[in-house]
Amino acid sequence: MIDAISHVGVWVDDQDEAKAFYTEKLGFEVREDATLEEFGGYRWLTVGPSGQPDVNIILSAAVPPAIDPESAKQLMALVNKGAMGPGIFRTEDCRKTAKELQERGVEFTQEPDERFYGIDAGFRDPSGNEWRLVQPIEYDIETLHRARANGG
Amino acid sequence: MAAALERHLLRARDLVDRRYDEPLDLRALAREAHVSPRHFSRSFRRVFGETPYQYLLSRRLERARHLLRTTEMPVAGICLEVGFTSVGSFTTTFKRHVGVSPTTFRQAYGGPSTADRIPLCFVKAWARQPQASG
Repeated sequence: MIDAISHVGVWVDDQDEAKAFYTEKLGFEVREDATLEEFGGYRWLTVGPSGQPDVNIILSAAVPPAIDPESAKQLMALVNKGAMGPGIFRTEDCRKTAKELQERGVEFTQEPDERFYGIDAGFRDPSGNEWRLVQPIEYDIETLHRARANGG
Repeated sequence: MAAALERHLLRARDLVDRRYDEPLDLRALAREAHVSPRHFSRSFRRVFGETPYQYLLSRRLERARHLLRTTEMPVAGICLEVGFTSVGSFTTTFKRHVGVSPTTFRQAYGGPSTADRIPLCFVKAWARQPQASG
């Protein structure tokens, strides 16, 4: 039986730039930052939100020998053009958090907007990975649609 | 590390996503992408597989489908809301790309849907009609 998700991976152009973004702009903590000389200088870099210590985001560089140069180029072109799948962060106050992040220079793709499932915004990291920022709400679709149909 | 052309072009595409209700401003988009207006459309098409105008149109139609499905807003209001300036042009374009008129689409898909439970960016990506033209 699988118990939990512990790590998710994100490809980034530059690990120093990514580390600065995820810590200084998003406010995450560095979990591990280890350069392994015995593995050709491979750098294991993980970050995560302080309130969720058991989930880590791996900030990986697409570099040899882990991946061949041509594949790395293709992979990062996909990341840079926004073609890689987004992830979702949860927040208690989407508008407030979005404002704070914008003030720190985070590039938003969508301002906070009300949806059936909550308040939702979107932003990108420096490499082009899109993250959603969602303040979830408890909702009942039938009730919401009836309210809208009645002008509510 | 210098950002790749794809990353700059993505910023321009994000701008289209945010300002889909405004007229297409190729100069502003080219500035965002750090390329000359002359090369912008060609570069955009090479990277994303469609022209900026086709992308804008597909974004507007995706928004229109969302509003038709989830609101009671009149078709004419939706037309203006998503950036079309003529109801006739909106209806013709919608029918050409979606296959049915806006009113028929609303009758078929309006009301509660599983799609309402899925974060918008995922639905948006799947609701777009790629290679939309004219």
